Amino acid sequence: MRHVISLLIENEAGALSRVTGLFSARAYNIESLTVAPTEDPSMSRITIVSIGSDDIIEQITKQLNKLIEVIKVVDISEAAHIERELMLVKVRATGKDREEMKRMSDIFRGRIIDVTETTYVIELTGNTAKLDSFIEAIDRTLILETVRTGVCGIGRGDRILKV
Amino acid sequence: MVLTGAEIVIRCLQEEKVEYVFGYPGGSVLFIYDELFKQDKVRHVLVRHEQGAVHAADGYARSTEEVGVALVTSGPGVTNAVTGIATAYMDSIPMVIISGQVPTAYIGQDAFQEVDTVGITRPCVKHNFLVKDVRELAETVKKAFYLAKSGRPGPVLVDIPKDISAAKCEYAYPKAIAMRSYNPVIKGHQGQIKKAVQLLIEAKRPMIYAGGGVILSDAADKLAKLVRQLGFPVTNTLMGLGGYPATDKQFVGMLGMHGTYEANMAMQHCDVLLAVGARFDDRVIGNPEHFAEVPRKIIHIDIDPSSISKRVKVDVPIVGDVPEVLDDLAKLLAANGGHADEKALKGWWKQIDEWRGKDCLKYDRKSKIIKPQFVVEKLYEVTKGEAFVCSDVGQHQMWAAQYYKFDKPRRWMNSGGLGTMGFGLPAAMGVQLAHPGSPVACVTGEGSIQMCIQELSTCKQYRLPLKIVLLNNGYLGMVRQWQQLFHGNRYAESYVDALPDFVKLAESYGHVGLKVEKPGDVEGALKDAFKRKDDLVFLDFAIDPTENVYPMVQGGKGLTEMILSEEL
Repeated sequence: MRHVISLLIENEAGALSRVTGLFSARAYNIESLTVAPTEDPSMSRITIVSIGSDDIIEQITKQLNKLIEVIKVVDISEAAHIERELMLVKVRATGKDREEMKRMSDIFRGRIIDVTETTYVIELTGNTAKLDSFIEAIDRTLILETVRTGVCGIGRGDRILKV
Repeated sequence: MVLTGAEIVIRCLQEEKVEYVFGYPGGSVLFIYDELFKQDKVRHVLVRHEQGAVHAADGYARSTEEVGVALVTSGPGVTNAVTGIATAYMDSIPMVIISGQVPTAYIGQDAFQEVDTVGITRPCVKHNFLVKDVRELAETVKKAFYLAKSGRPGPVLVDIPKDISAAKCEYAYPKAIAMRSYNPVIKGHQGQIKKAVQLLIEAKRPMIYAGGGVILSDAADKLAKLVRQLGFPVTNTLMGLGGYPATDKQFVGMLGMHGTYEANMAMQHCDVLLAVGARFDDRVIGNPEHFAEVPRKIIHIDIDPSSISKRVKVDVPIVGDVPEVLDDLAKLLAANGGHADEKALKGWWKQIDEWRGKDCLKYDRKSKIIKPQFVVEKLYEVTKGEAFVCSDVGQHQMWAAQYYKFDKPRRWMNSGGLGTMGFGLPAAMGVQLAHPGSPVACVTGEGSIQMCIQELSTCKQYRLPLKIVLLNNGYLGMVRQWQQLFHGNRYAESYVDALPDFVKLAESYGHVGLKVEKPGDVEGALKDAFKRKDDLVFLDFAIDPTENVYPMVQGGKGLTEMILSEEL
């Protein structure tokens, strides 16, 4: 099962490597990991997407909690939540492809944020599946480069991850 | 008061009432050593290899309730210490390691004796710190001690760049530490405790399985009280020996790969299992699928939530400090009238006594060659069970665990988790320093002892009258045993050719060496050794090279799929 684990961690040098080190040392899987300081700069928030059985995910959350610098851990995918990911795609945009690419970008509610005579850079946000669908939908041979941030997530409604 | 970083380190150690620091000097820690030199409250023990320093600090910690302290220099000082740190981490031993680091401005430049200490030790410490500002030094050391001994204990490393130990700042030692990210649960959940009590009351074939957590949390008395209150059988893990008196009739022996027949059978066939400060590791329960084949309710008390439901499914998890939870259990049990089904319990004991009848630890007592089991039994008799016993890793370790009956906690020091050969001798040094005048034995093998043999020199310098009980079979015995049983008798590299003359070796370090070759001489030699209160005596017992450790559960097999000794 795919899980989205959110955690608050002290914003200290080396804290991130404790998290990633834990995953490699215990052979846990990381699909994606995002990290940035929160509104309180003494803390960072990390979102990890991992795939594993319920037992493994339980161990992951316990092991994360055990790290001294980790303040709180929540598996936000246990209940209603929102996931978003940002992707930048640089595509070849010439001839008839130029108009088609613009159209596809509009359909997926993307934004073209860089334009040259031969290329576009399209910015897309959404859940992982939406970004995957965009890649599927456009002519793959036109893709010059893609970069994705990985998933960040938040619980819906009253589910709040805060100290 | 304005102090240098080095002065602050020493002040902090004094504040923590550190009696001994085990260490080895080097470039990056020279300022710290200079300050050690100028005072006499904290005593330094100069080892001969940094691994020895950490094991000695470890032995000190295991045999007391104190935090062990080691001090090493940067680079190779740290890498040499890593085995010791990992050993302490696997066995949850409270320890603070202070390491020197190259000056801040040199970090990352591949400076002389530079290594990424925080990176290299990260997976084998409870936590570590790199101090980048002298103003954070005192608080960091305080945190290190706090982390090392609170919650599930473990080693904590503080890496101090050389310029930080020279820099000055205003010093004040924090009185207490509060960390928003670290608050171990001490009190068990009352609802869970109620559920546990209900299961214990109704149990028909109950079993209590107690591990190292009982020793670490100083809960042996409380465990004994509960066990007697319930009348249930109890087993200890290798790490838990001494957590319950081995000579008590309710004790069924150690369990696991080399556990007794009765302990393993009872563990497998019980209907309610109370696990206390133990973690169901692979050497304890064997194959987890096989273990799960028998339905039983499991209650698991542990201060570390990640130890619960890691290898087996647990029905009643109780996160908390073992003594607190045991107290609560005992109170609630008493209030509810205690165990209910005495008839079933009687039947269960009858079954256990039948299993005991196998006498799984018997061996050939008429042998003309010295049997290792016999040496350990005699060691137990000669020391009246009062010795502190350290061991290395291998067959001798298992024989010591099986045949020395530990009635008290903190008397048995061995590397249970990591299985570190070379642990025994330096650990024994730490134990002897913590308990001057008490008998301290190091049961070892000719393979293990050579992994830290240089510490014989430290023993001479500090006049540590250890008794080294070398069970010398000329083989890396446990390796040979596995090769005999599972690799068609092909003894690949397990025969140790060209052994030193250990008697002469001991003598060359200024100690007493004795070679013992006949069973009739074993007791006399041991008596003689323990009479020599001021001498380290190195006893080289020529034991039966073909002797194996039984019972044995092969790796990956079920707990009850035991190989018993050939004579059975």
